[in-house]
Amino acid sequence: MYRSAVYDEPLLNELVSSKKEKIKPLGILPDSLKRNEKINIPDIDETQVVRHFHHLSQMNYGIDSGIYPLGSCTMKYNPKICGEIASWDGFAGTNPYQDVSTIQGNLQVMFELERMLCEITGMDYFSLQPAAGAQGEFLGMLLTRAYHEFNKDFERNEIILPDTSHGTNPASAAMAGYKLVEISSAKEGTVDLDVLEKTLSEKTACFMLTNPNTLGIFESEILEISKIVHDTGALLYYDGANMNAIMGKVRPGDMGFDIVHLNLHKTFATPHGGGGPGSGPVGVKMKLEKFLPVPRVCKNKKDYFFDYNAPESIGKIKGHYGNFSVLLKAYVYILMMGRDGLRESSEIAVLNSNYMKKKLLDSGRYELPYKELRKHEFVLSCEKLKQEKNVRALDVAKRLLDYGFHPPTIYFPLIVKEALMIEPTESESKEDLDRYVDALIKISDEKPEIVKNAPGNTPVKRVDDVGATKKPILTWNMI
Amino acid sequence: MKFIPNSAIKDTMLKEMGINDIEELFSDIPKKIGIKKLDMPKGLSQQDTEQRLRGIANKNKSFYDGVSFLGGGIKPHYIPSVVKSIISRAEFYTAYTPYQSEASQGFLQAMFEYQSMIAELTGMDISNCSLYGGFTALAEAALMCTRISRKKTFVIPQNISWEKKSILNNYAKGPGIEVKEVSYDVKTGKIDLEELKKHVDENTSGIYIENPNFFGVFEDKVDEISGIVKDTGSLFVVGIDPISLGVTKSPGEYGADIVIGEGRSFGNPMDFGGSSLGIFACKKEYLRQMPGRIIGITKDADDKRAFCMAFQTREQHIRRGRATSNICTNEGLCALAAVSYLSWLGGNGLEELSRINFEKGQKLAESIELLDGFEGMFSGVHFNEFVIKCSNDVNKVNKKLLKKDIQGGLVLDTWHPELKNCMLFGITERHADADIERLVSALKEVSHV
Repeated sequence: MYRSAVYDEPLLNELVSSKKEKIKPLGILPDSLKRNEKINIPDIDETQVVRHFHHLSQMNYGIDSGIYPLGSCTMKYNPKICGEIASWDGFAGTNPYQDVSTIQGNLQVMFELERMLCEITGMDYFSLQPAAGAQGEFLGMLLTRAYHEFNKDFERNEIILPDTSHGTNPASAAMAGYKLVEISSAKEGTVDLDVLEKTLSEKTACFMLTNPNTLGIFESEILEISKIVHDTGALLYYDGANMNAIMGKVRPGDMGFDIVHLNLHKTFATPHGGGGPGSGPVGVKMKLEKFLPVPRVCKNKKDYFFDYNAPESIGKIKGHYGNFSVLLKAYVYILMMGRDGLRESSEIAVLNSNYMKKKLLDSGRYELPYKELRKHEFVLSCEKLKQEKNVRALDVAKRLLDYGFHPPTIYFPLIVKEALMIEPTESESKEDLDRYVDALIKISDEKPEIVKNAPGNTPVKRVDDVGATKKPILTWNMI
Repeated sequence: MKFIPNSAIKDTMLKEMGINDIEELFSDIPKKIGIKKLDMPKGLSQQDTEQRLRGIANKNKSFYDGVSFLGGGIKPHYIPSVVKSIISRAEFYTAYTPYQSEASQGFLQAMFEYQSMIAELTGMDISNCSLYGGFTALAEAALMCTRISRKKTFVIPQNISWEKKSILNNYAKGPGIEVKEVSYDVKTGKIDLEELKKHVDENTSGIYIENPNFFGVFEDKVDEISGIVKDTGSLFVVGIDPISLGVTKSPGEYGADIVIGEGRSFGNPMDFGGSSLGIFACKKEYLRQMPGRIIGITKDADDKRAFCMAFQTREQHIRRGRATSNICTNEGLCALAAVSYLSWLGGNGLEELSRINFEKGQKLAESIELLDGFEGMFSGVHFNEFVIKCSNDVNKVNKKLLKKDIQGGLVLDTWHPELKNCMLFGITERHADADIERLVSALKEVSHV
């Protein structure tokens, strides 16, 4: 049976106390700014600092710990070599404002990465600037606005999204000032063409779509979707969170998408680091190039250079050139995988997902609403377990932790009741997939009180998330 | 294949599933657009990849290949091995966002400690656990001021980084916020208070200042500025260089409502400008309007202390189009580097570091100002960056320095035409006295050529 390390690890200020005390201020500073009091951060011996964070790390689960099938998150293995190369002084020790002759290596990486991403997605140009997928979406919305305004088309203030869309889609569109129009999915779980057609109008700026969608279903009518969207003068936006399903098989550019964002920290194996840094490059078709952020990386006969000469550009979205360290890791990954490796990643990711899906369906414990063929992820419903034993998706997820596995994404997409959204990725072996499937089947047979009281083998028992909001304790001063 | 264990047994798996060909799994893709293969090279072995990247890295010159005195916010700082060791722990490095609290207690506690330290440093009640960087943190602060005040004019100094301004304007478009710029006093380099008064009125949502500002100069009239903010009923947003807080008061002590900044200098490398770490802290009454993740303390089923993500109902994965921000992925690992760094440094260490940076800044500025052909541009007290005006063409000066493997200051006239032949120097604890002497003697030489 799995057991996690458990420490009653004190907070740093409990480890070594620190108190407010007066200090001698720096004389030359203006009086209004002189610090008179010591900074109340404890002074701790190096050994203790190391042990503190070592203990904390042992109470945390990463992809190196085991299978991590969070749907829509593509938690694949992060090759060690990528992190090592990104830490070299030759890259990490460079400043964005250096003379361009001294950063030719960095520019080469960016220039070549842009070409690679264009080929993988079928787009014409990329901006590497956005710091994450959501910022890529936001940039996509700014480009959408710039495009329509350039064409003197000022009435388009609506963004259409399916009810299966990621939460960031509506949030990004709203942040860019757009009105949101959500459309319900057809009974197969895909875009309802009739509904879409009726919703599209001269007010539509853009239709945002994920393909395969968040149910893991490929939108087979994508060419028809593209046609009716473009016929009304709107743009088609591709949320690339699920790109890991289709590399080397089909490209968003060929499907008719005008704007694409990728998540390098998903599809291209850069680590999540507990929440970031990520990178969300945005690709566009030719007609949108002139609006891309500055600077663009260009090359003349001999040298790479930054081009700021873009009068229609939206300007900047993130400081400097994006999260370069993440770009570099993805560049290294793509070099290693090559055309066949990327294709194989997607093929095996889809194979693994359909393999798990079949075994779980055959078990009869879980249901699969909507169409059967899935891509790299699939969404099961625990509704039967809820009806029969009052065991919910949350309970199943927590019980998986006791088996030493990271749970899937739960309660998303919203159109599946008691959803378990499972994305195994290509990184898992058949044995691990089998063990995960077995655990899910076993859990469905377990006594409800065991499942509902899970987890028991983790550093803490089930956490009361709501409690943190009722009585906020957000710093050690608030304890 | 290298990282794909089931590659070798895919036929066995397909058979078990009753499928003959893997293409059956892709039969839902219209034939018309399916592709056979990508037009790009085959993959390289790890050894060949490493070899190729060495060649590319050699085309760069890092700080350690010569010496650099670039100002503008990104400077080299010493990163203790402890930090590198902690953030390399794979349990942190390869974890996702801590949605499952029970499997993420380590990271959650570290983020809680990060928030505690940032709150302490900034003098605010609360902090989130990171935004993308200091630049977008300003944009998010402007949006938050409008959410709180329901007013739509945000006032900033004219002398902030042009990139920051451009980002702010892009974020301001959605809600229709007007950004007004206040000029600086050409003698001191500080914000012009009379101009500031003219730019604020009952429609002002927030007033932003930087301390030290983009020219490295301390804004010391903070009590007057705070008074102007209070008079207009708007919010006071202060941008900080976190290293400077070892010697200066926290913005909370002079009335700030929101404090933002770039936190890269806490244990993160320059990384060519990214990754970056957006610091965002505020008073607790604004908690529900805050962007980004916040970690809180709660209890587990046994009543034991536990950590989890708090106030998630502000966030996009719950609130969708009505979230306080669209941010999902943040800069978690950079925040972990920051909290490890601050733990290693301690309060006393940060104070000492801050003094060293301040003193080096004074020493370098004094040494350059003594030279013929170079003069200090502003009279205000500065931290570890400052503006120097050259009597010669500043680009030529920098080219000549470069031949000696010295990267000079940041040339300002591209974005600040009024600062012709001016450059922004920066220095930190990483620069030895010998580095200062090297720059000064080189400047002496090039100014005569």
